[in-house]
Amino acid sequence: MRLKVDKVSFSYDSLAALKEVCFEVKTGEILGIIGPNGSGKTTLLKCINNILKPKRGVVFLDELNISSLRRKEIAKKVGVVPQNSVNRFDFTVFDAVLMGRFPYLGRFDRETKQDFDIVDRALELTGIQNLSSRLITEISGGEYQKVIIARALAQEPQVLLLDEPTLHLDISHQIEFLELLKLLARNEGLIVIIVSHDLNLAARYSDRVLILKEGEIYQAGVPEEVFIPKHIKDVYGIEVEIIRSSATNSINIIPLQFLRQNPGTQK
Amino acid sequence: MKAKEFFSKRKFKWSFILSGLAGGLFLTFVLALTVGSVNIHPFLVTKILFSKIIGIPRTWPASFEAVIIGVRIPRILLGALVGAALGVSGTAMQGLFRNPMASPYVTGVASGAAFGASLMIVLGIGSFWISPAAFLISVSTAFLVYSIARARNKVPVETLLLAGIAISLFFSALVSFTQYIAPEKQLRQIIFWLMGGLWGSNWDKVITCLPPILLGSVGISLFSRDLNAMLSGEEAARNVGVEVKNIRKIVLILASLVTSSAVAVTGIIGFVGLIIPHIMRIFVGPDHRILLPCSFLAGAIFLVWADILARTLIAPTELPVGIITAILGVPFFLFLLRRRKKLMGF
Repeated sequence: MRLKVDKVSFSYDSLAALKEVCFEVKTGEILGIIGPNGSGKTTLLKCINNILKPKRGVVFLDELNISSLRRKEIAKKVGVVPQNSVNRFDFTVFDAVLMGRFPYLGRFDRETKQDFDIVDRALELTGIQNLSSRLITEISGGEYQKVIIARALAQEPQVLLLDEPTLHLDISHQIEFLELLKLLARNEGLIVIIVSHDLNLAARYSDRVLILKEGEIYQAGVPEEVFIPKHIKDVYGIEVEIIRSSATNSINIIPLQFLRQNPGTQK
Repeated sequence: MKAKEFFSKRKFKWSFILSGLAGGLFLTFVLALTVGSVNIHPFLVTKILFSKIIGIPRTWPASFEAVIIGVRIPRILLGALVGAALGVSGTAMQGLFRNPMASPYVTGVASGAAFGASLMIVLGIGSFWISPAAFLISVSTAFLVYSIARARNKVPVETLLLAGIAISLFFSALVSFTQYIAPEKQLRQIIFWLMGGLWGSNWDKVITCLPPILLGSVGISLFSRDLNAMLSGEEAARNVGVEVKNIRKIVLILASLVTSSAVAVTGIIGFVGLIIPHIMRIFVGPDHRILLPCSFLAGAIFLVWADILARTLIAPTELPVGIITAILGVPFFLFLLRRRKKLMGF
């Protein structure tokens, strides 16, 4: 199975946000999407599951044109962990995850044993069975993030889209979370697409990385090809040093100096 | 705990709550039948009711039977229906708008109905036309507000709320105008209508508002899962497969229909639709699968109780039930609010 984004363009009113973006992701693969603020990362994710309808271009899942599907059909194929999910209402973790079964339930249907089993499995995969009867308003941010993943998994998707999923997590939770995504890609055969501002985590966990700049793909490839000082300087305007960690065998990007400022004037 | 076990336990808990409320409603009915200008013993009430089904020799004055069958039952049923309608549509509106200030009247249905009614009263066309006119203008107002708020195929909730407020103010001004030009007798009639009350209850009113209120409420409850998903935001709901735009339109129409049907027969009864959903949310949580039926039953119980007080507090004179709902409901609500320190989820 593969996800193919074919010449997708999008604009907010007259402002072009994506210009002819093309790429493919295979089953079991993790794609990291990076780029400066406003480069179109979130817009691209929203175009993939048709929350925003591409102005031109098509997103295919195998031969299936995603933008031609109804929302329930899309929800059966694509699960999303959005940037900032709100959790103001007192649902239990069980209920929050069960909402992932929504696309499979007709208006007159009741949840069956199969739905409950899938909820159990999603809770098990994300390791939050111990929280299942708690209220989502009474758990930590990291735990809530896992609830949202579990909900997405309950949709039994083939593609998982994540928008800065590690933003509010401490480093141990960040690693735990990304290890979980790696596991889901490898063992469950999911296509995982992560938008991130954290270049180091993107370099460490992505099979391939895609850099967006002003709505266009600036570079795409394996982390070693993409993360070189010249590219980072072109896109972010900052000098970096790239080193390889002997412990994780992944590359690390160390920011050095902001280019357009005098060293003396920095705070 | 496994999901299956959790949800079957919860199903049991929910059935328990619902049977409790249904029992409460039944007791409220019995009590409401016994009190009034003449107090009739509950046992005798039961006997009179059963005499309609099975043959029981009549040992009571015929006037008792007339009072119970012809006056009290329709009044209680109408009170229950209208209370239930306001409870359900208030819950739906608050969920739909994700706004704790939303009431059944957000789409302007109340002021639309008020204008329709006061227009009929001033024109002196006859009291038969008051309810139909109120209903028609009320429903049209909801559609007007919706179409004003729709811009470029989108209906943002904030715009919808503001359009509702603006149109309400417009119709209120028209109502004020009719009051200004109305002769003394009609003016009194308009004011009474605006206060809202169950004094004009009869079987005809019960029969006309029963189908839209019951069907509309059942219809809204079919969208419970959608409303739940929409509580976590429009986009999150779309991510799990909810067609947010369509659902919003359908639920809005159903809730407006239910509210209009209620308002058209009893006038504007405030506070029930605002407060009952909040109170039930404090007790049973935000899940619309239990919240909607609970608000339906609790709204019915609350309004019948308010009406019992309205017709007994300063008997033989009656108070408008709208005054009671506010005087009774607001302190109770504020008490709960202080105790919980916040409105659930909002």
